[in-house]
Order: sequence, then C-alpha cells, then structure tokens
Amino acid sequence: MSTDNTHAAGTAHVAHHFKDATQQYESGKQGIWLFMMTELLMFGAIFVAFAIYHRLYPEMFAEGSKTLDWKMGFTNTLVLIFSSFTMAISIAFIQKNEQKKAIFALATTILCGAVFMVIKYFEYMHKFHLGLFPGNFIDVAKIGAEHANIGMYFGFYYAMTGLHGIHVLVGMGLITWVMIRTIRGEFHSQYWIPVEGVGIFWHIVDLIWIFLFPLLYLVG
Amino acid sequence: MASHAHGDNYINCEKGLWSWLTTVDHKRIGLLYMITVMTFFLIGGIMALLLRLELFAPNAVQGVGGVLKDGNVYNQVMTYHGAIMVFMVIIPGIPAILGNFFLPLQIGAKDVAFPRINLLSWYCLMAGATLALLTLFFNKVDTGWTFYTPYSIRTGASTVLMVLGAFIMGMSSILTGLNFIVTVHKLRAPGMTMHRMPLFVWALYATAIIQMLATPVLAITLLLLAAERLFGVGVFDPKLGGDPVLFQHFFWFYSHPAVYIMVIPAMGVVSELITTFSRKVIFGYTAIAYSSLGIAAVSFFVWGHHMFVSGQSETAGIVFSFLTMLVGVPTAIKMFNWVATMYKGSISFDTPMLYALGFLFLFAIGGVTGIMLATLPINVHFHDTYFVVSHFHYVMVGGTLMSLMGGFFYWFPKMFGKMYSDSMARMSFVFTFIGFNVTFFPQFILGAMGMPRRYFDYIPAFEQLNKISTVGSWLIGIGFVIALITIIQGLRKGEKAPANPWGSKTLEWTVQSPPPHHNFDVEPVVTGGPYEYR
Ligand SMILES: [Cu+2]
Repeated sequence: MSTDNTHAAGTAHVAHHFKDATQQYESGKQGIWLFMMTELLMFGAIFVAFAIYHRLYPEMFAEGSKTLDWKMGFTNTLVLIFSSFTMAISIAFIQKNEQKKAIFALATTILCGAVFMVIKYFEYMHKFHLGLFPGNFIDVAKIGAEHANIGMYFGFYYAMTGLHGIHVLVGMGLITWVMIRTIRGEFHSQYWIPVEGVGIFWHIVDLIWIFLFPLLYLVG
Repeated sequence: MASHAHGDNYINCEKGLWSWLTTVDHKRIGLLYMITVMTFFLIGGIMALLLRLELFAPNAVQGVGGVLKDGNVYNQVMTYHGAIMVFMVIIPGIPAILGNFFLPLQIGAKDVAFPRINLLSWYCLMAGATLALLTLFFNKVDTGWTFYTPYSIRTGASTVLMVLGAFIMGMSSILTGLNFIVTVHKLRAPGMTMHRMPLFVWALYATAIIQMLATPVLAITLLLLAAERLFGVGVFDPKLGGDPVLFQHFFWFYSHPAVYIMVIPAMGVVSELITTFSRKVIFGYTAIAYSSLGIAAVSFFVWGHHMFVSGQSETAGIVFSFLTMLVGVPTAIKMFNWVATMYKGSISFDTPMLYALGFLFLFAIGGVTGIMLATLPINVHFHDTYFVVSHFHYVMVGGTLMSLMGGFFYWFPKMFGKMYSDSMARMSFVFTFIGFNVTFFPQFILGAMGMPRRYFDYIPAFEQLNKISTVGSWLIGIGFVIALITIIQGLRKGEKAPANPWGSKTLEWTVQSPPPHHNFDVEPVVTGGPYEYR
C-alpha cells in the first residue's frame, strides 16, 4: 500500500489497527473535521434561533445589544485571533523539531485563552451588577427596560457566549494536555496528530467567536 | 490451540469483568451494547404491556385506574416507554450492536478507526440513560418522548434531568456515527472498494451521516429547553414572547431523520439476509446502496409533516407533504430489489429469513400508511389518532425490531460460536409476527374511527378492538420470552458453530466463530463483490 508515502507522520506511534502512520494520520484528521462539523451544526442551530427572534423583535434586540461593551468584545476578538496564530505556529515548530519554541507558542495560546476568559468574566460581572440576568431573573422594572421580554435577549447572550466559553475552557485543557506531552518529548517531526487535532478544535472555537462578536455586539 | 495461555478468540482472550468494562475491541463493545439494549428493551417492553393492560377495557367497565393508578401514571409510563424505546433501544439498536460488531469485519478491518472513542460512546449511553432513568425517583416525566413546549416547561422539574440524559445519549450516537464514517473511508482492506462493500455497511454509512448531521441540532434544542426550564429564557415559551412551534421545528429536524437512523440499518440487515437465504446475488446492488444515501438526503427536508396542524403555513404544509412522499421512492426501490432478488432464488426459510420476510411484510404496511399520512388532508383527519401510533409501530417495531432479531439470529453463530435451536427461534418469530399484527392492525381501524392517541381511557365503542390489541401484546411478549430462552439455551449448550453455517459470502464468515481477537490473522485481499452466489 502506501508505506513508501513519505507524507505526514513517519512510523512512530502507530496503533495496532492501523496499517501505517499515514492511514492513522488521515483517519485522525478526518475524525477531527467531522467532529468539528457537528460543533458548527450545534452552534448553527442556535444562530438560527437568534436570527428568527432578532427579526421578530428588532427593537428589543437593539436595546439589549446597547448594553454590551463592543470594546471588550473587540479586544477579545483580537486576543483569540492572535491565539489562533500562536496555535498554528506551534505545529509548524513541532514539525521542524523546535520543541522549545513550540512549547512557548502553546503556552502563549493558553495564556490568550485565559485572558479571553478573564475579560469575559468582567463582562459578566458588570452585567450581573447592573441586574442584566437571563430570562426570568431579570427585573425589568428595576433596570427600566423598554421591552418586557428583554430577558430573552440576555438568554441568548448568556447561552451563546456561555456555550462558547465552555469550549474555550475545554480547548485550554486540551492545549495544556498536548503541551505537557510536547514537554515529555512525545511530539516531533514524525508524529504530531494530537497537536494538529487540538489546533483544528481551537481554530473552530475562534471562528465561532468571530461570528458571535458582530452578531451580539455590533448588529443593533 | 489449547496450549495458548489465553483463548484464541475475542471472548476468552481476556477474562474478568474489568477486561470487559475497559475493552476497546469493537466486538466486545458490541456485546456491551447488546446487554445494555436488551435490558432497556425489557424495561420499555414491560411498560408497553402495562399500557396495553390499562387499555384492555374502558374505565367505565373496569373503574378508574384498572391497572395504573390514574391518568397521570398512564402518561408517565407512556413517556418512559417512548423515551426508552427510542433513545435507548431502537436508535443504538442495530448500529451499536450489530454495526459495531460487523462493520469492521465486513470491510476487512481490525477495528473501528477510534476504538477508545467507541468505548466512550458506550459510556455516554450508560451515563445518559442513568440520568434519564434517575428521574423515575423524582417527579416522573409525563411529557411524552417529544418534550413539546410549553407543557414541558410547566410540568415537573425533572424534565431537565431527562433532557440532559437525552443530550448525553445523543453524544453517544454522534461518536458512533463519526467512528463508522472514518472506518468506512480509511480502514477498508485492500481491494475493498466502496462498491464492493456489503450493503449493511452502506446502510450504516448512510445512517452515520444522518447521526452526524441531525443529532447536533437535537443537542442544542435540548440545551435550550433546559435553559428554558432553569432560567425562563423564553425562546420556546409563548408567555415570554417565544415560539413553541420553533421547538417543534428544531425537534423534528432531528427526530424525523432519526426515524431513518432507526430504519436504514434495518434495511441493511435485510439486504444481507435476503441475498444469503435466496442463495442469489443481490438484485440492484448499486440501487440499494445509493437509495440508502437518497433516503438520508431526503430525510432532512420532510420534518414539517409532523406539524401539519401546528400552525405552520399552508404552503409549508403542501411542500412538506410532497417532499415526504419522495421518501417513498428510494424505499420502494429497495423493496422491489429485495423481491427481485428472491425471484428464482433457492430460498431457505431459516429463522433469519423468516424475520426478513416478516420485515418486508410489516414494513410494506408501515411504509404505505406512511404515504397516506404524508398526504396533507388525510393527515389532518388522522392526526394524533391511533392510526399514527399503528403506522410508526409498523415501521419501528415491524421494521427495525424484526430486522434486529433477524440479524441477531443470522450473526449469532458468528458472535458466540454456538448454534441455537432453530425450531425454538422459528416459534419466537411466529409469536412475535402474529402478535404484532394482532396488536397493531386493530389500531389502524381504531385510529380511523377517531380514537385519539395518548389517552388513558376511551368510549365503550372502541372496547372490542382494544381488547384484541391487548391480547396481541401478550403474544408479542411470549414471542420475546421464547427468543430469550432460545438465546440462553444456545449460549449454554448450543452446538459449536462452523465458520460459515449459512454459506454466506461476506468477509466476516471467512474467519473462525467466534472471531479471533484481531479479526483477521492475515489481512484479507478482496477481489470481487460481496454477494457472488451465482
Ligand atoms: Cu417524520
């Protein structure tokens, strides 16, 4: 078969049920992409719900959107885009056997994730302080909202950013895991599938934020 | 052989419960699923018997609560019967048991692409099922398996737990589908081109596509429903400006394709059975293979047929009605090809073939009544009557369960290396087949007479047919008890099975029974199609 294929991942670490590293590499990659497709579909459905209600209640969504601080959202967008870059170069470094640089890039990625979450935390805290809770927990009279069902907007806000935030946390955990394995010297120019898989996950999570940001913060 | 410290097959190569709970062997995981699904089937089945018993006579005759305490208890039992049978039995049924076991064997692979994820998906099913069944100890869920809003927002709070359970079981389904798609694409043996794959594999492949595309939408829907309950976000709550019909759209966007998650694998099994026991190459291989994909594709555009009376626009109703009828085309292609395969074949009526023929008969009725229900005006008349109940039981029980039993008796010798008593197994078929028709055919008539579904009581005019239906449910019960005894007897003292007792042509029959730990001692090289009988 394709044993003479020099592409990809060499001979290290081939699980018993694969013929060779190429087959293992291609399977892993296809699996990750398929999984990411399910993530996109899951977020896709909530985007659809958001679009439907945005069209039904444009003023209400505009009122909710005004309470969001686009500067914080924009900072977070930059942070995530930068983290996608550091994630990508970490794989390039491993492929060139420059593990030290790769570890540094991975650590930077984790740090970016943490910065994102901290900013998100302050955003949430600020909203809680103003009494902007989701659904039933919002006191419309107290905050003086124009629209009685404004809780739905914040329901969407917390559901979408919360679900995304959970993905960021999971991504940080996964990057930590591949970083530790890089430190242990398990990844090198012959074998890097898990790093690439985690990288694809991280890029998709970033991509989802790039859609969330304008939808929530900018579209009035 | 006996000189091995470990046994020579996948069952005896390792010993102890721990080795089973941590196994990554697709065959062992298939058996784990088998035990799990059989247990859930028992629970869901007992509930079905209870429901039928309650409906044996109207309350005017037997007093309120003949068997079940009151209407509320009836609603609860009905909900658990539905949820258990759908999420824990029929959806994992064929793919996770027979698919897990035989997909790698049939394409000449040593395992699925991601064995550890395969095990994880079993644990997801277990965790989700545990969560869902935990609700039995709190206030029991009474929404029906569809969790329609706004009722599911108002009724007992344990709905959240049930819904999260279904979410986790959905992950199990996604992971199984993912594994199958990658396995089919990347792990086929040399010479095993896509067009040489057995039709069961094609069916599993089409099913896996639906699992991957539809389940994420269910996942977010269930999460939003949970958020609705916990925070009152209002997305599905008309009181808060939300739209309960949107829930139905989302729910059926998953749950209609899910019907094909249940039935396409069944069609795959039947393709194997018909060709094997007709001793004839399957008629229209390509047509059957691609009609599976065709059904999968069409399945995503028909969900609105559940909502003809839910307030969607008339235009939508007409379009969905038309699109739904399209499903009949690839389905009929399969039916005619199976019948054409049997034509001038040398048919032997072994137990698996009996079940396959039972499938053809029952599924034809289920399918044709499906076309009736797809017809907009007829649907408005039959909506939420027993006609619908009968229709989908003909498809899911008459179709999927018949096929699961047929497939199970077909592959039993391979899975366990033992033969079962053929006469006993035939008897189980006779009881389930007759019992099934006795139970569900009267329900078509009841539905046409206007008996609404989901009620725990009815007017005296419906009594006779309901009595017949309940008696039928006992026959089905007896049929499955006989099947269980057959299986247990076969396992305990069945004769040793040869490698290929039915003279089949697919790859799994080329290895010993039960198969060795790594499936193939020498990697097979495939040089021809899967069914080269004559
Ligand atoms: Cu449907």
